[in-house]
Amino acid sequence: MDHPIGKSFPRKEGRKKVTGQALYVDDLSFPDMLHGATVRSPSPRGKITNITFGGDIPWDEFTVVTAKDVPGANYVALILNDQPYLADGFVNHAEEPVLLIAHRDKYLVEEARRNVVIEIEEQPAVFTLEESLAKKAIVWGEDNIFKKFLVDKGNVDDAWALADFIVEGEYETGAQEQLYIENNGAIAIARPGEGVTVWGSMQCPYYVHKALVKLFDLPEEKIRIIQTETGGGFGGKEEYPSLIAGHAALLAWKSGKPVKLIYDRAEDMVATTKRHPSRTRHKTAVSKDGKLLAMEIDFTIDGGAYCTLSPVVLSRGTIHAGGPYSCPNVRIHSRAVATNVPPHGAFRGFGAPQSIFALERHMDQCARVAGLTPEEFRRRNFIHEGETTATSQVIRERVDMDALLNRALQLSDYHAKRERFARENARSNGDGSFGIKRGIGFATFMHGAGFTGSGEVYLQSVVSAEATSEGTVQILAASTEIGQGTNTIFSQIASEALGVDFEMIDIIQPDTGRVPNSGPTVASRTSMVVGKLVESAVTALKQTLIGAGLLSEAYTTAAFRAACREYVTRFGPLKTSATYEPPPNVHWDDEKYQGDAYGAYAWAVYVAEVSYDELTYEARVEDFVALQEVGRVINPVLAAGQIEGGVAQAIGFTLFENVVWKDGRMANNQMTNYIIPTPVDIPPIRVYFEENPYAYGPGGAKGIGELPMDGAAPAILNAIENATGASFTHIPLMPEQLMERYEKEPSLVQG
Amino acid sequence: MKKSQVSFKVNGDAHRVEVFPMARLLDVLREEMQLTGTKEGCGEGECGACSVVVDGRIVNSCLVPVAQVDGSEIRTIEGVANDADLHAVQQAFIEHGGAQCGICTPGMVLAAVDLLERNPQPSEADIRTALAGNLCRCTGYMKIFESVIRAVDNAHR
Ligand code: FES
Ligand code: FES
Repeated sequence: MDHPIGKSFPRKEGRKKVTGQALYVDDLSFPDMLHGATVRSPSPRGKITNITFGGDIPWDEFTVVTAKDVPGANYVALILNDQPYLADGFVNHAEEPVLLIAHRDKYLVEEARRNVVIEIEEQPAVFTLEESLAKKAIVWGEDNIFKKFLVDKGNVDDAWALADFIVEGEYETGAQEQLYIENNGAIAIARPGEGVTVWGSMQCPYYVHKALVKLFDLPEEKIRIIQTETGGGFGGKEEYPSLIAGHAALLAWKSGKPVKLIYDRAEDMVATTKRHPSRTRHKTAVSKDGKLLAMEIDFTIDGGAYCTLSPVVLSRGTIHAGGPYSCPNVRIHSRAVATNVPPHGAFRGFGAPQSIFALERHMDQCARVAGLTPEEFRRRNFIHEGETTATSQVIRERVDMDALLNRALQLSDYHAKRERFARENARSNGDGSFGIKRGIGFATFMHGAGFTGSGEVYLQSVVSAEATSEGTVQILAASTEIGQGTNTIFSQIASEALGVDFEMIDIIQPDTGRVPNSGPTVASRTSMVVGKLVESAVTALKQTLIGAGLLSEAYTTAAFRAACREYVTRFGPLKTSATYEPPPNVHWDDEKYQGDAYGAYAWAVYVAEVSYDELTYEARVEDFVALQEVGRVINPVLAAGQIEGGVAQAIGFTLFENVVWKDGRMANNQMTNYIIPTPVDIPPIRVYFEENPYAYGPGGAKGIGELPMDGAAPAILNAIENATGASFTHIPLMPEQLMERYEKEPSLVQG
Repeated sequence: MKKSQVSFKVNGDAHRVEVFPMARLLDVLREEMQLTGTKEGCGEGECGACSVVVDGRIVNSCLVPVAQVDGSEIRTIEGVANDADLHAVQQAFIEHGGAQCGICTPGMVLAAVDLLERNPQPSEADIRTALAGNLCRCTGYMKIFESVIRAVDNAHR
């Protein structure tokens, strides 16, 4: 049989999706179902003094749930358990859920929601990370700090004296909305005595499960969570569904009826998580031959009103802050702070796009100061096999950033374009007229796959495989298909390991009543970590058949089917499981934040070409080359699709997507005024892979999903600097900021 | 407001429904007729997830009051495939990565089918313009354009 790994099998559930048959949560309905709505805080912080149910609403027909109705613990179980399901007397951010209502008539529910008045006695609030750090008000704990890390390698303090250049910079990134096209939603059926079942759009059924066990104070087997077809997540459906699922379930518990709770776009944008805004400060010691002597990095993210996942986002951002460079002395101070805005959360890249943006912009500044080209400066500092990262992790895989850089610059025609643009930009300045300036820039970076440090060991993920009497093999895993291709990739891995046809593999819908806990669908871990478990589980299945004497070492698909059938008839169900085991020699020190942060990294060089219109102040990406080494590519079409989609989101992050805040609340919570790239905005995104099989990934694969979010923003701003001579340090970079800068420094136009 | 009767054809079949005249066509299709292939992404005419074809014109069904389609012919995603036979656009979307999470896909497929019916040999620029009202957050659009181009090639083979 041909090898399935490396081939572009068509998407497993593709037919359902292109015909409109795929069922998303809002497409389901149950007899006697009620519609729920969430009544939210009008203020950012304060004491709830009064709630009135007004208007011409038949309130006696409504189910109303408040904090008093919570049967178990009123918090979303995650890391610190500080976020309540429903505010109990006090609110910490605008749009915080205060109470829930439900009724048969979906239109009446909406009208009723508008007729609940919540009065708040306001208390001082902080809205930005600066205000939080300055302790303008203490809004969380003793010092507004959710979590801190210190990474300390070598001796930074002694390095300054030896430096020929010291380069400092400060960089900022804004919030970003995930903007999956399917809004958050859940449907619940719950009966005291029987238990709770929730269907919903989600990435992590077992996160929801864990949270609802606490919320209802029920034994694990009484809570059942089923993922419905999910219309995009990007992290936005990592932790948030625990909240909405709990809300639907509380309404169902009290009313005794199925309850559907679906957000509309405005509610989804104003109330759910976004990417953490960040500020990074760099101070770098460089020698006159362009070597990095020391890096001091100060990284802060705004976590919003509750801790939720901020410590983990901070961790990934911290570890990636030093990039793919070998530097003997690195000190990174980082912290996640509290503000009175809705909690920020997981979004593709998970802190890394923020710190990598800062680093890769800063590397261009260091190059300039050292009198080197951006590529030459990086070449002198790239990490190699045997050298160490910021956390002192010795790189044991083959890595050749030089070769990646050569190829990316060639594919993008970088050198010729840089020369041509310099000439043309200078010429167009001569006559004093407005024109188009062009530039090209790049970023070099890495992204660790899987949970950080000992995370995977704690998770202890499990995957099962079961042979059916029809001779097909079912994969039981909690990993969700959210568009990234889980179903297809798992089928390819299983069919490769078993040597049977792709069509014989069935992926079971994630349902905590049926599938084991394979961990969350996050952190670029599904293919590499869970995929490896799929491989091990089906291999165990094959070994069982061979051991039972029903299968010889070499077999056909037909013989395999027959053996499964025979086994099930003779011995009953055939099910095998595999549990995560770390690759050998992985050591991580959680105290010192030193050691092997990730089992494997993907390595990449992204090149952006931009144009800048001096009349409209509009910057556009004209061409984009994304070259990466991600181990073995399991499905080239799906993999390229991940990269293209991620790059498009990153272009949005850089030049389009501006969350406008007003007193801690998103003011532009509509697709009309929060703009994501459309089909006419995206340049050709040219995707290339280098393949270097990873020994501990299935078929040699590493993680891929988050990587494309990391490199585009700095590459684009580096290109804009090349086009205009202006170094911008803040994203999103909107035409307004470009205009402001030009009005202040008209000389820039003359380049 | 009182309910009234509205008649129209959906995917060739005649229907008469009793609805509020200002009800959104999107809700009537999804809730009264159980045609849930038409999706809601924004409810304000920005995303195109709710695209349907009304009397040969592609529209955002979230912006259309149902009274407006009295007597019209409507085509939804459920009417694109011919029983078991997928439309060339649908086939190409499956093979060339045009669909990821799938939530924008019904609208995208309809917009692409509508384009090919009006312009059987579109350039990439034509495709970009025709799909400009349909947003996708997953694909970065590259594979959607490629799928439409492949569908054109296949139709002419
Ligand atoms: S739902 Fe109609 S355009 Fe978005
Ligand atoms: S495939 Fe997910 S939004 Fe287009």
